[in-house]
Amino acid sequence: MSHAHHDSTPSLHVHPKDMAKIRKIWVTAGILAFVTGIEFLCAFTMHRGAFLTSIFVLLTFVKTFYIVGEFMHLKYEVKILIWSIALPVMFIIWLITALLMEGGYIFVERAAIFN
Amino acid sequence: MATAAIDNNKNLWGGGVEPMKASYGKLMMWFFLLSDALSFSGLLITYGMIRYSHNAYEGLVDKFVFSDTYWPVPEKVFTHIPFTHTPFPLVFVGIMTFILIMSSVTMVLAVEAGHRNDKNDVQKWMLWTILGGMCFLGCQAWEWTIFITGSETGRVLFDGSIFHGANLRANEYGPVPFADLFFFITGFHGTHVTSGVIINIIVFYNTAIGTYEKVGHYEMVEKVGLYWHFVDLVWVFVFTFFYLV
Repeated sequence: MSHAHHDSTPSLHVHPKDMAKIRKIWVTAGILAFVTGIEFLCAFTMHRGAFLTSIFVLLTFVKTFYIVGEFMHLKYEVKILIWSIALPVMFIIWLITALLMEGGYIFVERAAIFN
Repeated sequence: MATAAIDNNKNLWGGGVEPMKASYGKLMMWFFLLSDALSFSGLLITYGMIRYSHNAYEGLVDKFVFSDTYWPVPEKVFTHIPFTHTPFPLVFVGIMTFILIMSSVTMVLAVEAGHRNDKNDVQKWMLWTILGGMCFLGCQAWEWTIFITGSETGRVLFDGSIFHGANLRANEYGPVPFADLFFFITGFHGTHVTSGVIINIIVFYNTAIGTYEKVGHYEMVEKVGLYWHFVDLVWVFVFTFFYLV
């Protein structure tokens, strides 16, 4: 490990392009564009409601997986780093549940007062 | 050197080891992004909560008219694209999404070039990323202008006056919080894109003057890359929960 580093030399050794890696980037981009396209299609062809909303949420998670996993490279990090980032998201899920229920409750109470 | 390495193996707390196989700067970026994700969640969940506490529009989408008695259907609000008067629901937002995803792609390509120490490629892809970010900001400025100006007909408010467009106190589209949340959520995201573009310009400059070549690696490109992808990711959520649902 004690061989000389090139810290003082001005130019670094340029490696050749890794075509497999670059192709994977474009494939991921294609998937993201495709999923967004499906979301658009659903928005204009399907009736609004809980089913459509759950499709949107599901597809958003698909996109999240590709952006965080591939583009941000988290999929290839060590396990402890993946979990340190992924686990705290639990708090967000709790907040969604709590505040959406709270919102529904406010709606009911308001309706009871004003109607 | 050799004894120091052995000591480090004995005592993991002695420093010099990377249990997460990532540098200090990269780890801190990850944890900053985690906290930023919590901020954005706070805003988007507030949107959900306020929306749930209002009446939902029950009728047919075709028959939808603006009113403050129910929450607007977003595809009926965001229908304008520049240079035309025909309504194209969500198309402009779709273009913005596409621009941001593309700039994310050029950012990964810059990171990939950085791994190969290819200065020219890093510069090229950083420039494309900066351009994408600026296009997105331009579109957003336009989007805000359309939203603030509003339609020609406007909507009659409760006091009988006709109101066009939106501000923080009143809007023609629906309940007051709808416009407030639009300004806060897309504004907070736009601020992130703006700072992202500035940081990208700094990194491009540093690449051009050879700073990273002297340092010996292009890890800074990777770190701003993480930030840029995060901003893209947030837009994916804003797009779904503000424009689609």
